[in-house]
Amino acid sequence: MELTRRDALAALSAVGAAVGGGVLAGRFDPPRADDAAGNGDEATDADEGVSLSTDLLALLDAVAEVVYPDGVENRRAFVDSYVVGRVADRPDYRAGLREAAAQLDAVARDWYDAPYADLDADTRDLLLRDLGVETADPDPEGPVTDRIRFFLVNDPLFAFYTSPTGGRLVGIENPIGYPGGIESYQRATMSPADDGAGGDG
Amino acid sequence: MSAGADDGGVGDGADRTPSPRADVCVVGSGPAGALAAHRLAGAGADVVVLEAGPRFDFDERREQQEEFIRPGMGDPWEMGGARDAYTDSGRGYPLNAARVKGVGGSTLHWQGMVMRLHERDFELESRHGVGVDWPIDYEDLRPYYAAAERALGVAGAADNPYAPPREEPFPLPAFPPSHSDSLFAPACERLGIDMHSVPNARNSEPYDGRASCQGYGTCKPICPSGAKYTAESHVAKATEAGARIVDHAAVQRLVHDDAGETVEAAVYATPDGTERRQPADRFVLAAGGVENARLLLLSASELYPDGLANSSGAVGRFFMDHLFAGAGGQLDEPTRQNHVGFNTSETHQFYDDTDPVEGMKLEFLNYAGPSPVMQALGAETWGEELLEQLQASYGTHVAMGGLVEQLPDADNRVTLDPDVRDDHGNPVPHIEWSLSERTRGALRRANEIQHAILEELGVDVEWTVGPEATGPAYHQMGTTRMGTDPATSVVDADCRAHDLPNLRIVGSSVFPTGGAMNPTLTIAALALRVAESMAESV
Ligand SMILES: Cc1cc2nc3c(=O)[nH]c(=O)nc-3n(C[C@H](O)[C@H](O)[C@H](O)COP(=O)(O)OP(=O)(O)OC[C@H]3O[C@@H](n4cnc5c(N)ncnc54)[C@H](O)[C@@H]3O)c2cc1C
Ligand code: SF4
Repeated sequence: MELTRRDALAALSAVGAAVGGGVLAGRFDPPRADDAAGNGDEATDADEGVSLSTDLLALLDAVAEVVYPDGVENRRAFVDSYVVGRVADRPDYRAGLREAAAQLDAVARDWYDAPYADLDADTRDLLLRDLGVETADPDPEGPVTDRIRFFLVNDPLFAFYTSPTGGRLVGIENPIGYPGGIESYQRATMSPADDGAGGDG
Repeated sequence: MSAGADDGGVGDGADRTPSPRADVCVVGSGPAGALAAHRLAGAGADVVVLEAGPRFDFDERREQQEEFIRPGMGDPWEMGGARDAYTDSGRGYPLNAARVKGVGGSTLHWQGMVMRLHERDFELESRHGVGVDWPIDYEDLRPYYAAAERALGVAGAADNPYAPPREEPFPLPAFPPSHSDSLFAPACERLGIDMHSVPNARNSEPYDGRASCQGYGTCKPICPSGAKYTAESHVAKATEAGARIVDHAAVQRLVHDDAGETVEAAVYATPDGTERRQPADRFVLAAGGVENARLLLLSASELYPDGLANSSGAVGRFFMDHLFAGAGGQLDEPTRQNHVGFNTSETHQFYDDTDPVEGMKLEFLNYAGPSPVMQALGAETWGEELLEQLQASYGTHVAMGGLVEQLPDADNRVTLDPDVRDDHGNPVPHIEWSLSERTRGALRRANEIQHAILEELGVDVEWTVGPEATGPAYHQMGTTRMGTDPATSVVDADCRAHDLPNLRIVGSSVFPTGGAMNPTLTIAALALRVAESMAESV
């Protein structure tokens, strides 16, 4: 199952993000372990614009690989355009996301001497479970596990399952949050995927 | 504009000082207040609307939608702080789930099902010896119902054999029945139960400058497309017609003249605590089913020690809501739920029955079972395991809902709780609410019919919401009841306070009985009727 650019746009529309051209400048510092100690310069980072560190995106993609079902194609492009669009007009959200990412990275460095994104997928999965993220309450202001759940696990899950492709996997082509029109509710079966306008342009 | 001394501490620079003169001061900008303000301003009156809550920017609706879908983000309508504090006893009443404070009022959150009351609702006492009659009947309201349907933009069809008479079509075509409705159809047919369309205040095609439904599926509490009607629409029209809307302006009390014959001013407070006085010739109280009563009680004076307009002692009493009855389970085939957030079929077949006499209307739900999106965000796993869980739980749920009437009871009431104060130091509302054995019986009957339909359909019923688990439908009614006798009612047939004729009260607080239909179309019809009678003398 392939995530398309349309899926990313759909997921973005569910969060009300301004949907731009998906430009990834990647000109920001990657999250560092020491950011987690609280001396990261979040306030200024947050003001710097819409682009994000490619390292942060790598981390998000590494989480997405764990929390998405197997066999998702084109995941990185989906994550990239979703995340960039998602934080475009929301500096506070972006700051929270960066901080949670930096904290997760710090834990990975502590426990495994490697950045989170460099760990193999099973270890990444185990690390999240060992941290207690599975049962954590998603809370942007809670303890670190709650914040990781909120920003790094729930956000990509939200993007995925509100997109038509993610919905289809479950059996609904018009999940809540996705403006899929009023035809689908009248049909007896899932409509064929409309790939015509798709593509990862 | 920059923030100034006039903006009441909000920081948006808007002028929140009183208008120098006003023909009419409206308290509250839900559908009742907004429709009245629009009609009165259109008739040339100088209108000021004082609204306790903020104005929610339409551009933020999708962010608010995310707040609803994603756990951990808070209430999109910001209910529940010190401003909204309340206490309750008896069965308990979740007041802050049941209303919104902001420009547009509770229609920001509402579902948008809009039906006319049946003829019997206006004559329950003379027909059946229970409850009380309204001082008006269906025919009095009939033209205003039609006007209200045009105002709200109701999508509906004339396919309901049980509905009261109407002569003109609905302004918009009904939404076609869902696939899941079509699953119910043969079972209902075998049982001799008629299904028909649901009138929805939701655009089935573009109407009145608002988009048609896009199928976001989150109608309650939030529609990001604008397809679902909210009273913001009439607030905007009122503004265009010259009315002034002051948000963040919580009215603290109404003040009367020395003789106690007319209301002179509404005293309101802005967030910085400054109290201001808005004088007007006439007042329209439209603060919702609980706050209408509370504000009158808060306005007690030497002349009216039990509260303004309360020489009957009825203010706050006869509090009613509709009770939810429902049941559901799973089928062996795809039920295709959760594509849209509203219902397309219902039945009023049992509404006018006399055994029990309580009205009931039954709905076929299009949002049974968990939404995969919400379930994913609350799950205790992820990856492939999560997908399997979602696949196992989505797709075969089906359910019925419905509303059951509660008859008026003087002991169900809104009073002031002197021990708990709101953000302005006022006693908060205290809600005493219980169900009678009759109401429980009516709920059991609703469940019985629901079970019969579901079982006929082949559903293994897994859950039932009946007398024990029931909750309110968030329709607060009855606390300033309408009637001809000033000794037993608060307002007359024109919604004018018996005690102070320049004070009108609009909203479901004036309903003497509540029927079992969602109240807002009737609220709107009454508001239009009140505005028309006031406009004659502008
Ligand atoms: C979840 C939910 C679902 C619903 N679904 C339906 C439905 O499907 N169909 C239906 O018919 N109805 C439904 N309703 C009910 C419907 O929303 C209300 O009947 C309707 O909004 C009431 O209109 P109103 O103008 O009388 O009061 P409200 O809409 O409650 O507006 C009152 C306004 O007055 C303001 N106010 C209160 N006190 C003061 C004060 N002291 N000073 C200044 N302003 C004040 C409030 O801030 C508010 O904005 C639903 C309600 C909820 C909560
Ligand atoms: S399904 Fe509901 S939320 Fe979605 S566009 Fe239609 S009315 Fe609005």
